Amino acid sequence: MTEAIKTLDARNLSCPMPVLKSKKALKELEIGQILEILATDPGSMADIPAWTRSTGQELISSEELGPKDFRFLVKRLK
Amino acid sequence: MIGDIMTTETESKIETSLMPESGTERPKRMAIIASKGTLDAAYPPVILASTAVAMDMEVAIFFTFYGLDLIHKKRSKKLKVSPIANPAAPMPVPNIIGMIPGMTGMATWMMKRWMKGANVAKFEELREICIESGVRMIGCQMTMDVMGVKETDLIEGVELGGAASFLEFAKDADITLFM
Repeated sequence: MTEAIKTLDARNLSCPMPVLKSKKALKELEIGQILEILATDPGSMADIPAWTRSTGQELISSEELGPKDFRFLVKRLK
Repeated sequence: MIGDIMTTETESKIETSLMPESGTERPKRMAIIASKGTLDAAYPPVILASTAVAMDMEVAIFFTFYGLDLIHKKRSKKLKVSPIANPAAPMPVPNIIGMIPGMTGMATWMMKRWMKGANVAKFEELREICIESGVRMIGCQMTMDVMGVKETDLIEGVELGGAASFLEFAKDADITLFM
């Protein structure tokens, strides 16, 4: 099961908003559910993984779809 | 034999690092002293504090001296960046030019325009997120007395305290920053 139940559009937001909004969106999910995050901030490629590592959530994938086009899948583990 | 022991130790370390923050282990903690009242210096405390909370940390910011302006109802709406003695200012001009009336206003305007262009959230917005997410915002009582700032001059959600209040929190902090 790697299908996102919800998508967070964090495009055109700069640090630290993508992480803050991701945190908020993930909290609204049930444990085991997956959040899709869309971002344009190049810093998010480093920051979203750092955030998942620090909070013990699972980063299923991080993709660079274009120069300013990033997509992440995060599973809520706790 | 030694190899076995080392493996066991390594494994237990990994397990410890994977332990959830909730439960018996206390959350990581960050303590910040915000001592500056310029527009550029206003951002780092609220950016780091809000992000730290999103990373399950406990955070307190101690606003002291000019940093008090960041939680002052009126003054926090008029934060500025000066081009004087600031070679990295948005408008790098010789100090003698920077002294001309209106130059600080112009540098501030330019910086705000840059920030907006880069989609950076407004300072007030980040500060609001800090308060809503439970960052302890501590106004320095002594500085308030020195500068004649009343509690009613400060924004909602601020507590007052002194050096001991901050240190009581900071003594167990994993990260301590002076800004």
